[in-house]
Amino acid sequence: MDDVFDVMIIGGGAAGLTAGIYSSRAKLSTLILNEGAVGGQMVLTDEIANYPGVETTSGYKVANTMKKQAKDFGCKIKSNVKIVKYAFDENIKEVELKDGRKFQAKTVILAPGGSPKALNIPGESTFLGKGISYCATCDGDFFTDKEIIVAGGGNSALEEAVALTNYASKVTIVHQFDHFQAFEHAIEEAKNNPKINFIMRAELRQFIGNGKLQMITLEHLSSGNVEDLKVDGVFIFIGYKPNTESLKKIVNLNEKNEIITDSEMKTNIPGVFAAGDSIVKKYRQVTTAVADGTIAALSAVEYLRN
Amino acid sequence: MNMLQTALEEIGTKSELEKIINESENVMVCCGRMGPMCIPVYDVMEELQDERENVKFYTMAFDNPEAEIIKNAPECRGFMGLPFTMYYKNGKAVKATSSIQNFDQITGILDEHFN
Repeated sequence: MDDVFDVMIIGGGAAGLTAGIYSSRAKLSTLILNEGAVGGQMVLTDEIANYPGVETTSGYKVANTMKKQAKDFGCKIKSNVKIVKYAFDENIKEVELKDGRKFQAKTVILAPGGSPKALNIPGESTFLGKGISYCATCDGDFFTDKEIIVAGGGNSALEEAVALTNYASKVTIVHQFDHFQAFEHAIEEAKNNPKINFIMRAELRQFIGNGKLQMITLEHLSSGNVEDLKVDGVFIFIGYKPNTESLKKIVNLNEKNEIITDSEMKTNIPGVFAAGDSIVKKYRQVTTAVADGTIAALSAVEYLRN
Repeated sequence: MNMLQTALEEIGTKSELEKIINESENVMVCCGRMGPMCIPVYDVMEELQDERENVKFYTMAFDNPEAEIIKNAPECRGFMGLPFTMYYKNGKAVKATSSIQNFDQITGILDEHFN
């Protein structure tokens, strides 16, 4: 087992990296454990145009700069790990990894972030990359002059549907409700686009194909009627979920499985703080994650002083 | 000049790729862009680079015309999601995947084909 760290941060997205920068710069021994790629949702952002003081850049570049800053201040980062056990009840907190390694710290900052939701219907994993995509920027050009479906009704779904009309001959938005959850300007833009059609009050039930996606099964929720539609591709944008599955019964979560914190990012457990997209809050932006990470780190510093 | 900003070695030409796969027993090549579905795969490869000494890890830019060798490979027929990731053993493709893959999926393939 390694030494006991002052601060252990679970998650290496914008919130976790910022907390790492602040706590390591405060001369606290700091470890970031990250279950995926460093940068979190930030690296999924093709373009960041509204980060104050930074001209338009990619999420990857911002993430890499944050990672370098944290490392330069002495923060240790271990990515692509799998945490299987949390023990936060004692003064010294401990986590255990799948490979058996254990890490201890006096304080913990939980910043596990969020992930795009999947539909979890038959065929979804089979046709990933063979007709199913979660990224219009990445895969849009594979669907040039093809007919595609966009699943979802929020800002991402409508904005990406409009972006996909640059490639596809026809885009059909399938949404489970009779109204959208997006901003009015996004709804207007989609409705005014002649290539976009809408199927409301409907849900996808199954993906069908042979080697690649060829058809979907759709259920019309009002009538209960089920029909098969020929499609070349489906893009799924149905929102994000907090990565807190393994934290149930460890810290207090709300009904959406978001971590409950106070304004100082304290959770219900002394010495355990939380920050970023996984906590209860209304706006999820890189800037708000950075702010949460800063507050959580400073609260951890204060906790250790006391 | 490299088109991808990763800590992995980038293959620039078709002949370079052919030389690598013919001279190395186990090779993984991720052909993509600096996009959201590709970066997590590069990150896993960077992580594995130090611990899997029996495998050579490379990238190739999807927008490099020389990447046609991967894009047109029979194993990649029907692929419609970046990145295209190829696994070669003794010069022959033994596995190909399309779109994002996580740490467990990649190590599963390495364990199955290269161990």
